[in-house]
Amino acid sequence: MDTAPLLSVRGITKAFPGVVANDTVSFDAYGGEIHALVGENGAGKSTLMKILYGFYRPDAGEIRIAGRPVQIRSPHDARDLRIGMVFQDFAQIPALSVADNVALFQANLPPVPDMPAIARRIEALSQRYGLEVDPRAPVWRLSVGERQKVEVVKLLLADARILIFDEPTRGLAPQEVAGLFRVFADLRRDGYAVIFITHKLAEVLGGADRISVMRRGRIAGTLPRSDATEETLVSLMFGGPVAEAPPSRRAATGPTRPPLLELRHVSTRADGRAVGLRDLDLTVAPGEIVGVAGVAGNGQRELGDLVLGLTRCVRGVKLLGGADATNWPVGRVRAGGVAFIPEDALTMAGAAHLTVLENMALGDTRRYARHGGLAIDWESARTDLARSLARLGVAVPALQAPLGRLSGGTIQRVILARELARHPTLIVAFYPTRGLDVRSALATRDLLVASRDEGVGILLISEDLGELFALSDRLVVLFRGRLAGSRVPADTTIEEIGYLMNGGSECHDRSA
Amino acid sequence: MTAPPESATLGIAWRARLTSIATPAGLALVMFAGVLLAFGKNPIKAYVDIFGSTLGSAYGFSETLVKMTPLVLTAVAVAIPAKIWLINVGGEGQLYIGAIFATWGALTFGHLPAWLLLPLMVALGFLGGGLWGLVAGLLRARGWVSETISTLLMNYVAILSLNYVVFGPWKDPEGVNYPQTAEFAPSAILPVLGQSRVHLGLALGLLAVGLFAFFASRTRWGLEMRAIGGNADAARRNGLPVGRYVIGLMFIGGGLAGLAGMCEVSAIQGRLRPSLSPGYGYTGFLISWMASGHPLGILGAAFLLAVVTAGGDILQMTQAIPGSVVNILMAVILFVILGRRPGER
Repeated sequence: MDTAPLLSVRGITKAFPGVVANDTVSFDAYGGEIHALVGENGAGKSTLMKILYGFYRPDAGEIRIAGRPVQIRSPHDARDLRIGMVFQDFAQIPALSVADNVALFQANLPPVPDMPAIARRIEALSQRYGLEVDPRAPVWRLSVGERQKVEVVKLLLADARILIFDEPTRGLAPQEVAGLFRVFADLRRDGYAVIFITHKLAEVLGGADRISVMRRGRIAGTLPRSDATEETLVSLMFGGPVAEAPPSRRAATGPTRPPLLELRHVSTRADGRAVGLRDLDLTVAPGEIVGVAGVAGNGQRELGDLVLGLTRCVRGVKLLGGADATNWPVGRVRAGGVAFIPEDALTMAGAAHLTVLENMALGDTRRYARHGGLAIDWESARTDLARSLARLGVAVPALQAPLGRLSGGTIQRVILARELARHPTLIVAFYPTRGLDVRSALATRDLLVASRDEGVGILLISEDLGELFALSDRLVVLFRGRLAGSRVPADTTIEEIGYLMNGGSECHDRSA
Repeated sequence: MTAPPESATLGIAWRARLTSIATPAGLALVMFAGVLLAFGKNPIKAYVDIFGSTLGSAYGFSETLVKMTPLVLTAVAVAIPAKIWLINVGGEGQLYIGAIFATWGALTFGHLPAWLLLPLMVALGFLGGGLWGLVAGLLRARGWVSETISTLLMNYVAILSLNYVVFGPWKDPEGVNYPQTAEFAPSAILPVLGQSRVHLGLALGLLAVGLFAFFASRTRWGLEMRAIGGNADAARRNGLPVGRYVIGLMFIGGGLAGLAGMCEVSAIQGRLRPSLSPGYGYTGFLISWMASGHPLGILGAAFLLAVVTAGGDILQMTQAIPGSVVNILMAVILFVILGRRPGER
């Protein structure tokens, strides 16, 4: 590690109306260092990174690069200062090839770019860092993990020295996560400064050299990895210890009640680039959590959409509570007691411009309609939302504020509260804790377990294997739209599931 | 319960709304003055003529209201589908088909008394325009054709259909070969206000705006429309029948434009002829976008453009320039509106 920091942030303050997102933040990153930035949702991590990349101007404070004070007014400035950022949703053009995408990002691209030379440089970098990126492959054909590596190549070719990753492990399989950290280690060897944001403490402890914890806009502490434990990090994040996740109270396997959801030999059409489900058999019984594991893009979204009625089966039968629901529209499925907890509440379940209360009423417009729909009973909607939020142990947010104005965690909880207020019998939970901080994730998991214990059936689609193992009564693995295996968590290991997720062939019990 | 912050911010919202209409309109007037200067005309004199003739006398004012009537209806015809981001460019065609349907009623049931015939014609006009919009809605809901394209193309079909009936089967046998139908029976003419040409259609237009405002802001369907407009994917996941809204709102929008056509043939023309509309459907589109689909804004913008339309006739007389130069003014207004801050509806 170099002695002088490559990037030095001193006393950065940034306030938005009503909230101080960064409060005199000081932070150093050295060349040849992997630095993790952790903290609760809304702790100010994203704001700090956006300041470093020139999206926001700080109200006060100083940024130094290699000891020299700099002004970062735009992402363009940041790139000139050799700062690169990998966003969660990669800025890539799917129809173009990897080389085209990389070339587009280069500063001072000549009018007639020398594409073969760019392809050669991509291959050389790919070799050096074990990225396995094919410059000729069209981006749409790549997996999330591969697209992330394309981003890394892009930044390296653009000569970045400080690489910032915003939740880089989101959507990656365990093996891919390990691969990413190997890339990080190679970058460290070559003197790059790697900064990554995450919620997952295990990754921090596994892959980072130093760890900075943010809480309420401030740096609560910076630790070398050798001094950090999960407990110290959690108490820095929350200013005190947080209750452990409840042990899964596995529902008694009582008398066999009819399943809430039954899929028999279901196939769906593979739409464009999406994966189609193929010959899938799946049941969810009352009081049971069925976990669905798989690398992102292997049919999870299609499975959720199928249960909800958004996607139709081309073959097979879907039963809900014993009734043939194969061709039910979404409205009827929901009216039949199916709730949906989305991975991204704002794009999948709510409307940003509508108020919190309007979004609540939207969950069941028929229920809150009065005078045949000529009026809406806002009072009932308000009461139901408040009651449901109280069950979640969450304070009621400003009901007349547009949903999009709230923080990500709050939006997720509002939608969660809305869905639970409908007293569902079957919950389709789609990456329900993705992007949530430790405390919000715990609250969400508690709620799923409590619902399960009340007899609700839950289909839990998640990428967090720890979560799946802790909560699931049964665990199934999706690979390329097929059921690659079905296990009871107690009788299997994370390694075996990870193997199945990547198409391991030892699926003895695959229903065919 | 009514939403309190809404009423609290109403004053500010109103002022913003007014500025958002008045600023581009003012800018457009300045640019149009340049055009008039290029013609060698005195722009100040021209504006005095336009505004003096339309707002300066009871007669001029009543004529402005006459022009405003179809504009209000065609603007709401655009604003309603726009709530869920459908772009209805077919107001003109829907107006023509509404006029054809209403004419059929007037010619076939001319013997009926007014209290029976007029509601029938209103219903037929609405139905005709509605079906014309419905076709585009169906195509869009199925994911086959963008409603922007289909409504635009169907305008030509509608205009040629009208030509067909007035040149062919419905031509007035006593009309010395003019391409027009026979004159309507008196029972097929909408009642007017006093001695003016202001007719019952204005009340229908105001009713349409009122119902639109009420439904969009207060009702379950308004909430669902706003949700679909805000996030169609989430709305679909919440079980809202998005496709049915696409079809239904295109039908209602088309129906209101058809109603404008019915009003024109019944109250203004008294018979069906090709010169039915000087582009009311397109001007309605402009009005709806000027007002960002806001009901009160639609009334204001419709009045303003009615002044411009009526003023065109005056310019022709006093300034000896073609009345159609006001089309330049409208084009300039549209230009300025489209150049407004991006992201604003």
